[in-house]
Amino acid sequence: MEKMPKWADVILIPVISLLLAGIISALVIMAIGEDPVKALWIMVDGATGSAYNWGYTLYYTTNFIFTGLAVAVAFHARMFNIGGDGQASIGGLGVALVCIYLPWPHWSLALLAAAVGSALFGAAFALIPAWLQAKRGSHIVITTIMFNFIGAALLNYLLVGPLKPMGSMEPATGKFPKVTSIPNFHDILGMFGIPFSRGAPANISFFIAIAACFAVWALIWRTRLGYEIRAFGHSEPAAKYAGINPTRIIVVSMLISGALAGMMSLNNVMGEAERLVLNSTEGAGFIGIAVALMGRSHPFGVFLAALLFGALYQGGAILSQDTNIPVQLVLVIQALVILFTGALDNMVRMPLEKLFLALRRKPAPAPKPTPAE
Amino acid sequence: MDLITILQVLDATVRLSVPLLLACLAGLFSERAGIFDIGLEGKMLVSAFMSAAVAAVTGSVWVGLLAGIGASLVLAGIHGLASITFRGNQLISGVAINFLASGMTVLMAQSWFQQGGRTPSLRGAARFNDINLPYVDQLKDVPVIGPIYADLISGHTILVYVALACVPLTWWALYRTRFGLRLRAVGENPAAVDTAGVSVIGMRFAAVAICGVLSGIAGAYLSTGLQAGFIKDMTAGRGYIALAALIFSKWRPWYALMATFLFGFLQALALRPDLLEKVLFVKVQVQLLDALPYILTVVILAGFVGKAIPPRAGGEPYVKER
Repeated sequence: MEKMPKWADVILIPVISLLLAGIISALVIMAIGEDPVKALWIMVDGATGSAYNWGYTLYYTTNFIFTGLAVAVAFHARMFNIGGDGQASIGGLGVALVCIYLPWPHWSLALLAAAVGSALFGAAFALIPAWLQAKRGSHIVITTIMFNFIGAALLNYLLVGPLKPMGSMEPATGKFPKVTSIPNFHDILGMFGIPFSRGAPANISFFIAIAACFAVWALIWRTRLGYEIRAFGHSEPAAKYAGINPTRIIVVSMLISGALAGMMSLNNVMGEAERLVLNSTEGAGFIGIAVALMGRSHPFGVFLAALLFGALYQGGAILSQDTNIPVQLVLVIQALVILFTGALDNMVRMPLEKLFLALRRKPAPAPKPTPAE
Repeated sequence: MDLITILQVLDATVRLSVPLLLACLAGLFSERAGIFDIGLEGKMLVSAFMSAAVAAVTGSVWVGLLAGIGASLVLAGIHGLASITFRGNQLISGVAINFLASGMTVLMAQSWFQQGGRTPSLRGAARFNDINLPYVDQLKDVPVIGPIYADLISGHTILVYVALACVPLTWWALYRTRFGLRLRAVGENPAAVDTAGVSVIGMRFAAVAICGVLSGIAGAYLSTGLQAGFIKDMTAGRGYIALAALIFSKWRPWYALMATFLFGFLQALALRPDLLEKVLFVKVQVQLLDALPYILTVVILAGFVGKAIPPRAGGEPYVKER
């Protein structure tokens, strides 16, 4: 017997967790002497108040969809890919190499090649931890943490050394050629005669992110590989017994995860900065963890959670401009969301399960009680 | 290379190793009891802030140290609540704690001091100052031994000696006391400990609390010993290096000392890239030195050079059979 109806598991628990995180965040804001209600309105207005603000919100959303999907795919195989940040920044290296060193006739071809490049680089960076987990039993969490730092050191070396243009003082690549500049929302909506803010960074990769959501949904629930990934995630011995090769599942799911994380750099490197800078991901790889947890590893949930976090990041940035609340408030909210939806899940779940059982028991004697339940 | 340069590098090694060592021992207690802890970084950070902040306000570094340990214990309590009481995912809890520390420290620092997320710089009794061991003045002029004693062994803050003393203490507590036997057993086979009538939950909370105290001291050392005040994100990944050292040492105290000194030595060398060039006659990239602890740990984890086997019940919440 299910202890709870499905809607409670999918909707009620995340909403309650989110409320708890919100209440504690409000207490934190009160503790530093600001008004939480006013802060909330500034954040909502900052995230959704104008086309320009929406442009930023959707830009962040795009980042978080990619990293959230990356974590979610790994979660389905019961693996915790904490290396999304490293994979995303190495994916950025793939984008930079494609854009700088190859001549492109048109942005669409460049975008296609950059998508392949970023996915390949991201996947390659996830390959070693995946292979070590599958073959040598090295804990994937620890190896991916280590690879985040190794990736950061590698990029640091490349950006102050070989990739830096002559005469430049800044640790970054040169500006990508004009032709690789992909259309942003202003250009796209302009074609349909809809005005949109020119300066906002949301760009065409938002639609690639949406497509990735559908692709991941189809992969996980509509293909044989997806079935194998889920079976492996539910029970490794059962999957083995059913003839599923654990090495293959671990490596393939981590490659997909790394590729998704890498493709984030289409948005921030190719779409926004148009060059590769140090720390280009700005921690988006870690936000993917919160997004996947809140979205219950389902692509639609990931999309909603990414939208929420996108609004949170943009709203938090505006909040720090308008008030004395530092932008790090967003980190606190993010931590609380991870804590309540991830680690303290049982704290919310256990009382709710008891409640639903009690509600069900009450009317039970009236009809014929089934002894099996 | 002359003796003075060598001593300088070794002195820097000691200073940089100590926070790693304390955090590594903290993780050792927690993980030996079966609680994975990737929140070492966050606990160090929150203690670094709290000890510097309280020391700046009260003027006493000892009160600051206590406050730092207290703050670290609060986060340890959250980790215990999530991973022991509510049987949540210990890794996710650790990630949350790191973000919480990173955000809260800046929020509090800005709210209390309005200096852009830092504390005022500490002076005099608000800092742990270097102490001289006995007979430094008499021995200073003896060749070789004199400078080694005066510059390398003497002249550190009290926390350095505390950290070094923690190594044999940890060894003794883990391998020579009843508490240590039970603690290790809880990390290997909690059901057996439960059968023997010892509370698994109690043992694990005790381990998490010790971890909180030690990472609290590590954080306090950063902001009141190594540097004079807190700055944003000042732990700079040390919690993760300590985690790497813990795996490198295969969860054993004496090897933890060696691993953290190796990693501290690499950090000290990264500060003096000119020296390596002089000795090895090739230019060594600083970034390679930065990445080396992580690369070495991955190699060890891969089991190509001896196998690192974590405590068997690590990461698994204990569910009593009903």
